[in-house]
Amino acid sequence: MYTFSNRLKIASIILMIVGALGIIGGFVMAPGTIAEAKAMVASHDGGHGDAHETEAAQAPKENDHAVADTHGEEHDSSHDQHLLDQLKNRPWAALYVAAFFFMMISLGVLAFYAIQRAAQAGWSPLLFRVMEGITSYLVPGGIIVFVILLLSVLHMNHLFIWMDADVVADDALLQGKSGYLNPTFFLIRAAIFLAGWIGYREYSRKLSLAQDESDDNSNFKLNFRISAGFLVFYLISESIMSWDWIMSVEPHWFSTLFGWYIFASMFVSGITVIAMVTIYLKSKGHLPDVNNSHIHDLAKFMFGISIFWTYLWFSQFMLIWYSNIPEEVTYYITRIADYRLPFFGMVAMNFLFPVLLLMNSDYKRINWFVILTGIVILAGHYMDIFNAIMPSTVGKNWYIGIPEIGSVLFFAGLFIFWIFRALSTAPLQPKRNPFIEESRHFHY
Amino acid sequence: MASKVIHAFYDDDDVLMLAVKKVKAAKHHIDEVYCPFPVHGLDKAMGLAPTRIAITSFMYGCVGLAVSILMMNYIMIEDWPQDIGGKPSFSYIENMPAFVPIMFELTVFFAAHLMVITFYLRSRLWPFKEAENPDVRTTDDHFLMEIEIHDNEQELKDLLMETGAVEINVSEKNSH
Repeated sequence: MYTFSNRLKIASIILMIVGALGIIGGFVMAPGTIAEAKAMVASHDGGHGDAHETEAAQAPKENDHAVADTHGEEHDSSHDQHLLDQLKNRPWAALYVAAFFFMMISLGVLAFYAIQRAAQAGWSPLLFRVMEGITSYLVPGGIIVFVILLLSVLHMNHLFIWMDADVVADDALLQGKSGYLNPTFFLIRAAIFLAGWIGYREYSRKLSLAQDESDDNSNFKLNFRISAGFLVFYLISESIMSWDWIMSVEPHWFSTLFGWYIFASMFVSGITVIAMVTIYLKSKGHLPDVNNSHIHDLAKFMFGISIFWTYLWFSQFMLIWYSNIPEEVTYYITRIADYRLPFFGMVAMNFLFPVLLLMNSDYKRINWFVILTGIVILAGHYMDIFNAIMPSTVGKNWYIGIPEIGSVLFFAGLFIFWIFRALSTAPLQPKRNPFIEESRHFHY
Repeated sequence: MASKVIHAFYDDDDVLMLAVKKVKAAKHHIDEVYCPFPVHGLDKAMGLAPTRIAITSFMYGCVGLAVSILMMNYIMIEDWPQDIGGKPSFSYIENMPAFVPIMFELTVFFAAHLMVITFYLRSRLWPFKEAENPDVRTTDDHFLMEIEIHDNEQELKDLLMETGAVEINVSEKNSH
């Protein structure tokens, strides 16, 4: 039986406190008026202002004076309002990216767990309690994401511009989509998805614990059946969730493989966290029957799904880049123009790094190697979500600063606190899983 | 040089694996095991050196990647630049996304094919080569363990019978 060590508990609480301070700091520092917003941008971005001045100076030469002036003023005021909205969005977007990222990890683990159950995998039952511990975060993590979405619907922020009735009134495309993209239906969908994921997680966990005490395999068989059913629900709900919660921040743009793309991201992050938690617990003397073949298999998944993610990333990118259709290519134009380093840095972190580090079979068994690669993969997939949300919500005013780091620290602390607390509530090794012997003797 | 070898036949891969472990534990050198299908873990049990084919595969992949880059650069950029989809081919790096599928495919193509050829050469397999396996049954349903005899014929026979061999033969062998 694992007990939540005090050092880890204190560390997670410190992370939460520091993170909460950062989040609050982010909201306090956000500008309240247009004047403040302009001052903030001018103070740390001189080049941007200069470009506008030259533009403004040239404008009168080309046009009639009066027309140019009014045009310029209108443009400036709408531009300023836009700038203010973006800077106000920044702490919200930072909060949302981090909240979604950690929720996504536990959701990815839930999918991995359901696949192991549905496939009746023989190698992994020793790791089921670790996976169940990580999926326990889906309850607080999912609820937090839902609350942020609810606050967006209540116009506390401008993350989703299609929620703004004034924007929709001027936009024929959004009016056409309003049968689907409207706040009520949006929240209903979110509630159904979260209820389905959390419901499966809790029920499967209950059956998993009941199997330990039972004298037949009925719980195991029922768990197999509900897991297969859950995977059907998951694949549909995950895909729609990715359109709703991520793709709709840019409501004019769409990509048909977006659901798979986000799935790959959450799957590889989830598997990485399973490997990291397993290695941590093993280093503390728990999970005595987990051998390096289990770690090897998890690392193979990290390696393989990293390549799978890259395949989807590139498939999406190349088709849009090649066809060069304006309404599609805008997605990548903004990212390459304003987010060059995080956009291409992410590909290096999520593809080159794991491919080169984990290519050698022997390295997949070296714990510190797996942890090191895992940290890079997790940071890379945080950047993936960052690149998906930020360009549409804060535009070129992005920065990895106090709000972003604070949010990550807060949710990392909450995540660690919650999953290790859940791990300490049940024995770490399932007793009566029919495949537990096969898992104990798993040898590559 | 002709030498005497002992051939022990087995009819089950699990029995064979246990036999290999027992023979190794008794400090005898196993020359070769002939199997109708690959037996998982047999190479480790026999104490064979780990395969280096993965390293060659990586090198062949790098060669394939380099060939594809040079080839696409010559064909699409230097020799006959075209304007495809509004993207004039004047620079390799700017047109690189369009070449990635070819770069990927040639990397895989080179790694896979050269690895197979390497495997054949290293295993000394080529067309019309005479089969090396000493008994045709090893292509059907029997496993054969070959051990060289150094004045210990009876001892080996007893040991192999004990491990569950279904048949034991002693024969002359010409080493290559």
